[in-house]
Amino acid sequence: MNAEAPLQANGGTAPWTGRSLPRVEDAALLTGRGRYIDDLGAPPGTLHAAILRSQHGHARIESIDATRALALPGVEAVLTRDDIQALTTSLVVGVKAPVECWPIATDRVRYMGEPVAVVVARDRYLAEDAMDLISVRYAPLPPVLDPRAALAPDAPVLHEGLRGNLASDRSFRYGDPEAAFAAAPHRVSVVIDYPRNACTPIETYGVVAEYEPGTQSYDILANFQGPFSIHAVIARALKVPGNRLRLRTPRDSGGSFGVKQGVFPYMVLMAAASRITGRPVKWIEDRLEHLAASTCATNRATQLDAAVEADGRITALAWDQIEDCGAHLRAPEPATLYRMHGNMTGAYAVRNVSIRNRVVLTNKTPTGLNRGFGGPQVYFALERLVQRIALELGLDPLEVIRRNLVPADAFPYRSATGALLDSGDYGAAMEAALRDGGHEELLRRRDSARAAGRFYGIGYAAVVEPSVSNMGYISAVLTPAERKRAGPKNGAQATATVSADPLGAISVQVASVPQGQGHRTVLAQVVADVLGLRPEEIRVTSEMDTAKDAWSIASGNYASRFAPAVAGAAHLAATRLRDKLARIAASGLNLLPEEVEFAGGRVRARGNPDNALPFARVASASHWAPGTLPPEMEGGIRETVFWTPPELTAPTEADEVNSSLCHGFIFDICAVEIDPATAGIRIDRYVTMHDCGRVLHPGMVAGQVTGGFAHALGAALYEEHAYAPDGSFQTGTFADYLVPTATEVPDLRILHHETPSPFTPLGAKGVGEGNCMSTPVCIANAVADALGLPSITLPVTPARLAEHVFPPESEPPARVRPTTRPTATGQRGLSGEGEAVVDAPPQVLWDILFNPATLQAIVPGAHSVERLTDSHFRAEVTLGVGPVRGRYVVELELAEPVPPRSVVLTGSAEGGLGSGQGSGTVTLEPTPEGGTIIRYHYDAAVGGKVAAVGGRLLDGAARVVIGQFFTALANHASGGGAKRLGLLAWLRRLLRTGGRA
Amino acid sequence: MKPASFDYVRAEDRKEVLDVLRREGTEARILAGGQSLMPMLAMRLARPGVLVDVMGVPEFRILSDDAAGLTIGAGVRQAALGALPDLAQRHPMLAAALPWIGHAQTRSRGTVCGSVAHADPSAEIPLLLLALGGEVRLRSHRRARSLPAGEFFTGLMNTAKAENEMIDSVFIPAAKPGVGQAFREIGRRHGDYAIVACAAVADGAVLRLAVGGVADRPMMRSLPQPGDPTLEEALDAFAWDLGARDDLHATARYRRELVRRLGRATIEEAARCRA
Repeated sequence: MNAEAPLQANGGTAPWTGRSLPRVEDAALLTGRGRYIDDLGAPPGTLHAAILRSQHGHARIESIDATRALALPGVEAVLTRDDIQALTTSLVVGVKAPVECWPIATDRVRYMGEPVAVVVARDRYLAEDAMDLISVRYAPLPPVLDPRAALAPDAPVLHEGLRGNLASDRSFRYGDPEAAFAAAPHRVSVVIDYPRNACTPIETYGVVAEYEPGTQSYDILANFQGPFSIHAVIARALKVPGNRLRLRTPRDSGGSFGVKQGVFPYMVLMAAASRITGRPVKWIEDRLEHLAASTCATNRATQLDAAVEADGRITALAWDQIEDCGAHLRAPEPATLYRMHGNMTGAYAVRNVSIRNRVVLTNKTPTGLNRGFGGPQVYFALERLVQRIALELGLDPLEVIRRNLVPADAFPYRSATGALLDSGDYGAAMEAALRDGGHEELLRRRDSARAAGRFYGIGYAAVVEPSVSNMGYISAVLTPAERKRAGPKNGAQATATVSADPLGAISVQVASVPQGQGHRTVLAQVVADVLGLRPEEIRVTSEMDTAKDAWSIASGNYASRFAPAVAGAAHLAATRLRDKLARIAASGLNLLPEEVEFAGGRVRARGNPDNALPFARVASASHWAPGTLPPEMEGGIRETVFWTPPELTAPTEADEVNSSLCHGFIFDICAVEIDPATAGIRIDRYVTMHDCGRVLHPGMVAGQVTGGFAHALGAALYEEHAYAPDGSFQTGTFADYLVPTATEVPDLRILHHETPSPFTPLGAKGVGEGNCMSTPVCIANAVADALGLPSITLPVTPARLAEHVFPPESEPPARVRPTTRPTATGQRGLSGEGEAVVDAPPQVLWDILFNPATLQAIVPGAHSVERLTDSHFRAEVTLGVGPVRGRYVVELELAEPVPPRSVVLTGSAEGGLGSGQGSGTVTLEPTPEGGTIIRYHYDAAVGGKVAAVGGRLLDGAARVVIGQFFTALANHASGGGAKRLGLLAWLRRLLRTGGRA
Repeated sequence: MKPASFDYVRAEDRKEVLDVLRREGTEARILAGGQSLMPMLAMRLARPGVLVDVMGVPEFRILSDDAAGLTIGAGVRQAALGALPDLAQRHPMLAAALPWIGHAQTRSRGTVCGSVAHADPSAEIPLLLLALGGEVRLRSHRRARSLPAGEFFTGLMNTAKAENEMIDSVFIPAAKPGVGQAFREIGRRHGDYAIVACAAVADGAVLRLAVGGVADRPMMRSLPQPGDPTLEEALDAFAWDLGARDDLHATARYRRELVRRLGRATIEEAARCRA
């Protein structure tokens, strides 16, 4: 009996594996009995942390004053860079470059939301009160947000050590791409800007950290998802050996999709906070923190060229990818760029490939793991290219796909860039999808819709879905010589333990860390089949504890590795235990071990079921009577398997990388119709064909496909981590970061074509991420087909389609002035203008502007005005609109004075809710009646928290506040005195004086 | 995301609410359904010193629909309005628009008057109140007054309500027989803030269109009848005059297009519904 033995039928019936059994997880999850990190309680004396975060995309920190915060009773500590740097070292950075990566801002902030200080207090409310009392002075720096712009020689530089913003630049060459391009009759190109998005788990990050002074060790509970290679990163950062960092995970985690890998910098911060305060410290991330500053997928600028024969066959691909990893290269980045390295030819047999991979840093949140990890970016370019090839050559896109697919007889197929595609029949799967997906009917619908003048389009995507990442692929970012010096890295070790207790009950422990997927159900099925038991008799635990469990760097839940690797390892461990139990039973039953079978809860003679022992008796024998075990046999109680596939070798000298063990295949068909009245996009049908090898639980596979599709639909139509030109993050709530709800997700037609993987114990492949790779481009291809568009930018919103759907717009009537115009830097900003007539001469107004006492009366909400120089004032003000109010420090400077006619007003505001800058010109023109016409126009930008959570209303709110200033100026000059006006009063005055703001 | 500390008053009657408003002035905020205010507190965008919870006040539970019209008290939740018998017959626009207000979960908490007080320029209820000729009934410890919706909404989250006043109720006149009403909205997702929402009333020869989501408050204009050759020009002028701006979710141009196209469709529907 060995791993290759066929799965044993239980009691003569079909195996449990492959059936959609009810999930053992559901009863607890559906009745509110999940055990998430925030439900677990914390040790007595635990302190709570809140994190003060940057309001700027890029700024130097001039000073941090926490005096008032520390004076608040119940506040134990306020940690800043010096505290953290004294106890820790920089997080490891994945490229050979002179850059550091700290979990807290050091000399400057490089993205909005970057931690600046950690407040540790008796409770979270108090910690947030204290946060409001910390005063940070920033000197804003110009930000850079676009990856191409980051490479410009005059671009602002984030990390001085790098000189520019380029962290890595590697070129690869496979086959003879130059010759292929020279020989090909056609060259077809696409240029892509793939946006940022993230999969937004419903449970945010959580950490409880405790430093134990007696043993100088850390115990951290976190809803981390792996990979546990990060354990080494954290231990190094905390300057302890690995055995003094105990990392545990809760039983349940409310979704991750890769994102919870990014909790690790906070483990370092909270561990340091615990060490400093001598108490356990707990931190639960809030939604604004999560959206703004947890992590997200990379955005990428890509140019992809193909050398193409007249019949559509691609003979070479040339990739130029600029990967934007945000403000820091945080481990394991730039892995997003290299995860797909073996798969850069997708589902196609292309032998000549060149790749240039550049990694740049910009003033945005550092990127990390996210469902699809590198796939969406690659396939968006590749499958858009395939559609463009068809259009430019006048071919059917399906023909182009067919002519390029890896042929069925070529598996296992070594791709040009090094992937070993394990199994598949791509052509057969595609034809089945066309047949069973009703493709002919969709073509007819398109014909009739177009005949009626409607916008109807069909898109396709053929995608290879990699799973079980090779831990060595990331080393492809290094040159072969650098890799040689660093030593080889490869493999994807999975571990599982199966044990029998004294009553003969079976437990399974895996180092997998699920976040709702149903691992416990599937492992029970797999192990029950091996041991001839019922799944409900198997108890599976999936909490991790690095102090006790069998684990390795590859442990964790990512790279769609559960079904192919973890379930396979459990199968192997159960098989090993079964083999031992068979030897124990064989002596009692007078059989050879080979004659023993496990079925129906009994261990019996094959072919003679009456010669049997209860399973529990055999399984408990090692506890009660170890002396009776067969000679030379150890244990029989607990079997742990460490499994790693031999196919996952280290990158070769020629930079060939087998980046993943398994390769599923997906073929998607999407039909859309665009509403001519609203430019709204309706998905008429979506068909998704999957070959994920052997299906262990059809219901869960459907769940993975549907969930991946929903995430991808968000990426295609709704979601983007948006930044304003000043670096402000704009999507800090779910009112602005739009995740599709059940209402928006159409029904899917899911199809299967099974070719088991020869490389995994159960023949299964991963299926968790495929639609995140195939669906965004499939929808984009359909929209492009519907409207005849050469290029598509995600997310595809009705507003973006408007200019293609609607006829050109009429000119605005003369009375309508543009309300948004380009600012001095050519970026969109808030601008406005207004005028007011007052019955005081210009000199009176002039004097008001230059006098702190009178300025106080006209600066909206000013508590005090301090004169720094004759023309430079600082004020504490409360500003707001409606119920929204915040306290700010405002600086006003008056420049280029032409008394008493004109002056340039420059202002900035900094406060707990955010920051703003603006400048405007004020002119004072005397009227014949002895009064003055005040005219002003301004350009402003508002950032920080208000921009992140209230962007929809922000421009209007800033306009109101600026209008308040000038109205108050007019009122004051008209003899209104120092009285502050109510909103209604100033509005009335505004209307009466003809103001327009 | 934890609110700053505040005092909480669970008022037992109207007088107690008005006394707190008199005493605390700008420091006090009314808490009704909390669907806008609570997130603002949690994000510390608003930090009132006192919250006055009005949901326990019997006087504010009034929800009556008589010959004159519909009176909705300060404590009436949106879901309760939606559950009113004969709403679709007596107030077809309200019945058509209610499902567009957030989600079932937010409607089961959010109040009608709370949405009016919040005066979000993209919210549906202020738009409906304007389109249907509704009134806002205000109270302070000194006086009661009533303002037409068109005078109540003064700008972005700003209203004519004084610091010491609260919305006691809103009133929507009964639809006259034969009047046509229609409501349409486009948002990014179901339940989102409107990119453009249109509400039209066709009353004999008078045709009015109110638009939300574009200007800093809902705006209304009388327009020519469908079929009138000047309608297109009038809609175009309305679209431009609303001063649409670009934001994350839509461009100014897209909003103008929707005012023209959705506006026309809404007008036509209202005219068709006219008896």
